[in-house]
Amino acid sequence: MTATDFPAETTMATASSRSRTDRRMALRGLAFVAPAALLLIAIYILPMIVLAAFSVTDYQLGALSIRFVGLQNFTAAMDDDVFMRAFANTVLYAVIVIPFGVFLALGVALLVYNRKRSRAFWEVAYFLPVTATLVAMATVWQFLLHPSIGPVNAAIKWFGFEPVAFLSNPVLLIPTMAMIGIWQVLGFNMVLFLAGLTAIPKDLYEAARLDGARNPIDRFFTVTWPILGPTTMFVVVTTSISAFKVFETVAVLTKGRFGSETLLFNLYLEGFEYSNTGYAAALTLIFLAIVLILSIWQTVHMDRKVHY
Amino acid sequence: MAYVRRYLPHLVLAIGAFVMLLPFYWMFLTSIRSPGEIFDVSLWPIPKDFSAGENFSRAASQVPMARFMLNGVIVCLGILIVQVLTAVPAAYALAKLRFPGRRLLMTLVIAALCVPIQALALPLFVGLAMTELLNTYFAMMAPFFLSVFAIFLFHQSFRSYPNEIIEAARMDGFSEMEICWRLVLRGSLPSLAAFSVFSLVAHWNDLYWPMIVVSDTNLAPPPLGMLYFADVESGANYGALMAGATIITAPMLVCFLLVRRHFIAGITMTGVK
Amino acid sequence: MTPQSVELRGIGKSFGTENVLKGIDLSVRPGEFLSLVGMSGCGKSTLLRMIAGLEAPDRGTVSIGGSDVTDMDPSERNLAMVFQSYALYPHMNVRQNIATPLRMRRLPLSARLPLIGGLFAPSQTLREIDAAVEQAAETLHIPHLLDRKPAQLSGGQRQRVALARALVRSPAAFLMDEPLSNLDAKLRAHMREELASLHRRLGATFIYVTHDQIEAMTMSDRIALMSEGRIEQLGTPDELYRSPATLTVARFIGTPSINLLPVEIDAQGKVAAFGQDLGLQAAAAHAGPATLGIRSEDLRPAAEGLAVRVLRAETHGADRFVSCQLLADETVRITLRQAAGETLETGADGLTHLAFAPERAHLFGADGARRELSVRERVAA
Ligand SMILES: Nc1ncnc2c1ncn2[C@@H]1O[C@H](COP(=O)(O)OP(=O)(O)OP(=O)(O)O)[C@@H](O)[C@H]1O
Ligand SMILES: [Mg+2]
Repeated sequence: MTATDFPAETTMATASSRSRTDRRMALRGLAFVAPAALLLIAIYILPMIVLAAFSVTDYQLGALSIRFVGLQNFTAAMDDDVFMRAFANTVLYAVIVIPFGVFLALGVALLVYNRKRSRAFWEVAYFLPVTATLVAMATVWQFLLHPSIGPVNAAIKWFGFEPVAFLSNPVLLIPTMAMIGIWQVLGFNMVLFLAGLTAIPKDLYEAARLDGARNPIDRFFTVTWPILGPTTMFVVVTTSISAFKVFETVAVLTKGRFGSETLLFNLYLEGFEYSNTGYAAALTLIFLAIVLILSIWQTVHMDRKVHY
Repeated sequence: MAYVRRYLPHLVLAIGAFVMLLPFYWMFLTSIRSPGEIFDVSLWPIPKDFSAGENFSRAASQVPMARFMLNGVIVCLGILIVQVLTAVPAAYALAKLRFPGRRLLMTLVIAALCVPIQALALPLFVGLAMTELLNTYFAMMAPFFLSVFAIFLFHQSFRSYPNEIIEAARMDGFSEMEICWRLVLRGSLPSLAAFSVFSLVAHWNDLYWPMIVVSDTNLAPPPLGMLYFADVESGANYGALMAGATIITAPMLVCFLLVRRHFIAGITMTGVK
Repeated sequence: MTPQSVELRGIGKSFGTENVLKGIDLSVRPGEFLSLVGMSGCGKSTLLRMIAGLEAPDRGTVSIGGSDVTDMDPSERNLAMVFQSYALYPHMNVRQNIATPLRMRRLPLSARLPLIGGLFAPSQTLREIDAAVEQAAETLHIPHLLDRKPAQLSGGQRQRVALARALVRSPAAFLMDEPLSNLDAKLRAHMREELASLHRRLGATFIYVTHDQIEAMTMSDRIALMSEGRIEQLGTPDELYRSPATLTVARFIGTPSINLLPVEIDAQGKVAAFGQDLGLQAAAAHAGPATLGIRSEDLRPAAEGLAVRVLRAETHGADRFVSCQLLADETVRITLRQAAGETLETGADGLTHLAFAPERAHLFGADGARRELSVRERVAA
């Protein structure tokens, strides 16, 4: 693609040394970007075109014939109970993870930020789950939440309540996975908030105190919250993007049993287990549309990050 | 009262940290307990019967745990090396050279930033299946050879490198490659470190793509291996299962504790991406 | 609110092992413009922040209007502060910025909450606040800026907004920490005048921190000159200039800097520079090495006196400054001030002699303290 839009004036090389230097630089530039550009075509552009093409066919991997079906795959998705359930599950998951994952992280960041000596310790403690391999940690959670041998239920029983079937009661599956999602994303968001807090000039707080902001609530609403606004926006969007990509916890904890599929897990099943390539391509485009809307929203907000 | 006010934040943080760290503690504790203590839900740190050896050797014998780790290392390093080799010159050219198609390439890079790999998995899988490349290291690494994020990140950081130095270096007879790798990249080592962490962590922990292209146990990276192992054990031997989980999470945890700053910077990029 | 006095008694403060303030006593009179000046790092900001309540003293007390406020929160002291960075709330427009101190004080907490706050705010109070904001904006000539955000303002305009936010609620005293240091030279001179006239109009107590002695000299009723955590001298600008209490004060005040001549006091109290008797008499008890300070305008060319070599002359508007080097000790530089048209006759090698007005010279002992000095009959050198 770099060769196609060669501007005319560069091809009509004149004898002047200036344009020869320019041309040498242009050639060097093209050579430098060539590997990346080829990979971009092979990994992003071609697959995108193929994906779009698949989505309007009934292609199944390995099948010999292929038929154009128009938008049938998309209409089928709307009537597909499993897909609609996966979509609803994912939305439910996101609706739980976003507020808790964002506001708990903000709370923790505010507490951690004001600790002087112990700050590093709390940062590590809360960030540790972000670094851990989620598949392994999901296995650990499965054990922790086990109805008979897990310590969580043991504690619940100790307090005199009935044990909770976190991972077998269909109603609780998505909330349980959302809780693990919050556990994983909390430290990450905390770090983003801490960065935002560090950027708030100290004298704004001092000005607020002299202006009569006597209690922490006033100072929070006069200074912290409005100035953290862009950070909060950013954290909300990244959290929702990662919420829409939830996969590992499902793959480990339920494998989609009891109607606990999520978008990505459903996609995985259709595309790679059942080989309904055409249909899966249509589902992929729907998934991509959701992520793109969130990403574009985020990009727009990144540009306006310094909006005052 | 003042006492309570002073220590209340610590108390709240401690309760939260207990929840955050409980899984790690429980994982480690179970991995050194004997299977017989499985019904012991106490958090007492010293097991009655110390069976770390037994659990870890079972984890290593039931499935090829060492093989999983090796696969993880090969795949992660392979990906990182190719990513850096392709992204650094491209970012340098985008930041410092003028050539036709520069704007278009930059636009495509930024557009590609918004596309998650899961959206491309299907056509890439079909392509690999047709060329009979499934179940190879190449299949596990190929989609990640190009990191548009690396291009974007290095572009941002290279842009601030002074043009005068580059021009002076050209006059001194440096080749463009030398300028790119030895001068400009040298000025962006923190970005390189953070990106390396970002890339290693992302691919060490990735499950989705390996699950699609690998069915051969011998090629499984750690997360997929963990999934196989969990299936094999199917809840029977938690001690060994937790030993496996410990082995798989340990490398990243240790790295994190060693290079905390770079680590946080690197992982935070996953959000910025 | 009538202007209030501010009293500091025995204020001490250390940061870690560094003793930043070493027992400060200071009374600021109601309605006075008092400047705190001194070298960078001498503790001016720390002292000001202590008055504001942003920093707690280790020792000593702060009182405002006669009542002890040492343990009071900044929000309860009714002081206004103008920060060097202005500290305007970046997300609020100018109107909201100026209104903040009033909203905080006059509206209940429920009415200050975001989003739902509007439901609880008494409209009467809101109208009063609006009127006060308009009035403050009027005073500082910024009514046309009320709907802009701080980022859309120039440095000087931000400065005015910060002032408006300070004066909107008639505080007991105004505290200012180098408020003009971010402005360019011309604007600074202009704002200096405006601040001085603002002070006259409001009749409020101003405590003004600066390390720029011209600011301090032109605006203040009194100046407190600080050095290493102590107040070296407290007095009117004139007192500081005409009778500096210490060598530090003499050095700090005046442009160009005061000329300093190493001298020797002999057993009879006679003052001599490099063996040359200067016709000055000090107390015999102070015999030993000392420093003589002479302002540049108190020097004049003469047939005899201090032998110097002229290095160069610069004309600044109406003044001409001639830099010289003392022949007896070439490390000693002497600056002479003349009117622009005047010239200086020099011999070969640019040599000449300077005489000074002996009654206007200042003598400082080796410890830096001022020494009594009287004029004796001049003995020829
Ligand atoms: N929070 C603090 N922690 C440690 N040391 C401090 C702190 N604040 C001030 N200091 C030290 O106290 C001394 C006085 O500082 P202060 O800010 O009062 O100086 P200043 O007179 O305002 O100087 P400047 O003219 O440069 O603003 C300095 O040596 C400074 O390093
Ligand atoms: Mg200061």
